[in-house]
Amino acid sequence: MMHRRSFLRGALAMGCSAAAMPLITHATFASAPWENRLVVVILRGALDGLDLLRPVGDPGFAALRPRIAADPGADLDGFFALHPGLPGLLPLWKAGELGFAQAVATPYRDKRSHFDGQDLLEAGTAPDAPAALRREGWLNRLLQTVPGAQAETAFAVGREAIPILSGKAPAQNWAPDARLELSAQGRRLLEEVYHDDPIFRDAAAEAFELTELAAAMAESGADDSGMAAPAPTPAPAGGPLAEVDRFAAYAAARLREDTRIVALSLAGWDTHRAQIQTIRQPLQRLERLVLALREGLGPVWGQTMLLAMTEFGRTVRENGSQGTDHGTGGAMLMAGGALRGGRVVGKWPGLDEGALYARRDLMPTSDVRAHAAWAMRGLFGVDRAVLERTVFPGLDMGGDPGLLR
Amino acid sequence: MLTRDGIAAMRFGYGPHGGRLPQGDIAAGLAGPDRMAAALPGPGTDAVLAERAQLLEIVRRGRENPKAVADERSAQTDRIQEMFFTAARRDLARAVVAEDGFRERLVRFWADHFTVRAPAAADRPLVSAFVDDAIRPHVAGRFADMLAAVAMHPAMLLYLDQRASVGPNSPIGRNRERGLNENFARELLELHTLGVGAAYDQRDVRELAELLTGLTVDADGAFVFQPRWAEPGAETVLGQSYGGKGAAVLDDILRVLGDLAVRPETARHIAGKLAVHFVSDTPDPALVAALAATWADTGGDLLAVSRALAAHPAAWKAPLAKLRQPFDFIAAGLRALDLTAEQVTDLPRPRTQRVFLRPMAAMGQPWQMPRGPDGWPEDATAWMTPQALAARITWGMQVPGLLRRPLPDPRLFLDAALAGVADDALRTAVSRSEDATEGVGLVLASPAFNRR
Repeated sequence: MMHRRSFLRGALAMGCSAAAMPLITHATFASAPWENRLVVVILRGALDGLDLLRPVGDPGFAALRPRIAADPGADLDGFFALHPGLPGLLPLWKAGELGFAQAVATPYRDKRSHFDGQDLLEAGTAPDAPAALRREGWLNRLLQTVPGAQAETAFAVGREAIPILSGKAPAQNWAPDARLELSAQGRRLLEEVYHDDPIFRDAAAEAFELTELAAAMAESGADDSGMAAPAPTPAPAGGPLAEVDRFAAYAAARLREDTRIVALSLAGWDTHRAQIQTIRQPLQRLERLVLALREGLGPVWGQTMLLAMTEFGRTVRENGSQGTDHGTGGAMLMAGGALRGGRVVGKWPGLDEGALYARRDLMPTSDVRAHAAWAMRGLFGVDRAVLERTVFPGLDMGGDPGLLR
Repeated sequence: MLTRDGIAAMRFGYGPHGGRLPQGDIAAGLAGPDRMAAALPGPGTDAVLAERAQLLEIVRRGRENPKAVADERSAQTDRIQEMFFTAARRDLARAVVAEDGFRERLVRFWADHFTVRAPAAADRPLVSAFVDDAIRPHVAGRFADMLAAVAMHPAMLLYLDQRASVGPNSPIGRNRERGLNENFARELLELHTLGVGAAYDQRDVRELAELLTGLTVDADGAFVFQPRWAEPGAETVLGQSYGGKGAAVLDDILRVLGDLAVRPETARHIAGKLAVHFVSDTPDPALVAALAATWADTGGDLLAVSRALAAHPAAWKAPLAKLRQPFDFIAAGLRALDLTAEQVTDLPRPRTQRVFLRPMAAMGQPWQMPRGPDGWPEDATAWMTPQALAARITWGMQVPGLLRRPLPDPRLFLDAALAGVADDALRTAVSRSEDATEGVGLVLASPAFNRR
């Protein structure tokens, strides 16, 4: 471990030249199990898929959303339109770097609880799976099957623990603005004090390592926000977009090195009221994340796929306070240079009352896990049997939607 | 050596205060007066709403010409911000100096059970007022009364969108094309009473949402029951019919809340939460069963339930395995440093940020801003991320020196802070630290101090 750390620091000390030549960087860091990158974004609070990706071509849509979809948004393919709050993503759609899966859901039904819904989304199991499986995240179960995976292969970015990466396989967790200043003696004493308490010992070891890494990056002339060009216009400091910029820059810096999987979450999607206003900022943050990652990853963007998924969709009808309540079928956003985008995958179920789930929600026509499984099959070459039995136990992936270029 | 008084301080309170431990029965004080509310009183909901209404009035007046009211507006915004800072310091100070630590911990438990979050910056002081007015008076009272107080408090009505829910067939609903919002009704069943595992379905959520219409706030943000917003007719929740005879009345809503409060599912749900919060992430089923039985026997009498918790043998078993949440960590740290109430309430704003608000966010618990209405996680691993531990270590190494000069001798501090749970490894490490800053920091960063 010590050896790897100093190796990494030496490489970083070479400065920006390594990042400017990403192929050489990969050759140098030969420990990563794959070349392609996956970013999974958990959208907490239940994103309204019908607002993000509006089925304006469905004859029933306008009447269901008279107020919150009064501005129809930007046409994508003659049937679906993109929410008007995401103009920055339109060029990606045109370039084939943005796509969607619609009418998707996890196997979770009926109770419509955010918390159970998110747990199941991150566990990637059926609701009746054994408790031990439900406590693990599906990205962690993927790592467990990969012989070459190291702790730095997968990274959770943010202040909070993210269940999708929790489990037996090591994975790292850090917030870009976290700091730890300690004398050498203080650190040695703490290591002794933590020695017999595993959760403290492991968290501290990772904190020490990541602090060293950040210091090394700073010494080499780059801050820990990475060496690539910053996002086009810097966001106001302390604001909600500035935090997204920091996450994206940090994630991009790691993905340009040995990290192959990044997980993070964006909250704020529970738009029960005044949805036109309340969904604006979460959408801006999502747009910002995609654009800042694309910017920060540089050439590596071409090997990257981002999946943004949520616990469930929302009611097809707007409610009495110009918002939407908890529903079932929703949408997943996909982006990245590795994506064969510019299209919406999944079967459209229709909005007639009889076609709805429980006469109120969009009927799910595919399992959100199947799309994630096909993405991992394409990005990492994972066997279908491993995906259907181990990563998502009991999943039927169905036909190949051809998500990769 | 961990004694019963040591467990009382660590597990049921915020740790020893300047080395002093609570004596005797931890539940003894619950039947008496709320001393911290009297010693460090808050302004109350009405005073907070008045300042908020004042700001709204200034904004309204400035609609034509915002510049004309700009100074007034920024002065009022600052008043509201000062209210928030004052409340944050007061809430922390109560935990730091309380002799009845169990009551203060119960207040936090119930405030988390009924999580609210301020929808806008101008609403931020409302969260502490909610806890003072809807939670505190009932922690040793009846759960049904707490539930009713919560359901009639503007902080909850704003947070879970109830103020915008209108019966679709009510006079206002028909005339203005407004309708139902299910948010509060769903969380009321899922989080506040029955629990998500209970046998209720979407129809119960819907009918409860219809029954709750009329609960809202007026133009100044004060609670009001609006019969003209209420869905007419009877509603059936869990097989029981409510209302429908004549005009809609608040009593029908209070009746459903009273019934939900004493359901066996509610008793089991909250008994489990209490045991998990105070004792263990995997509590003894006998403890949960005993709490649920007391709940059932007394119709949700929280004094009796809290006493049952304090009296159960499983609640006193070592080891101290729960992880202190960031608020507990900071309060316990300031108690270990023997701070007075004034030393906390007199902190200037930048110090309040440095000592309390920024570290809370860095440790993963931004003050009064939980991610969702389910409140903060209990599981130790949710709090022990590398970045959150780094923030705890940093607090332990840097903050004590800002507040106490000279720092205490780390070897004495170790015994004062830890109520006898320090092991030899920690004792040795502290004695070998380079200076008092590092020694005190080691104590505060240690697993022994971070568990309860």
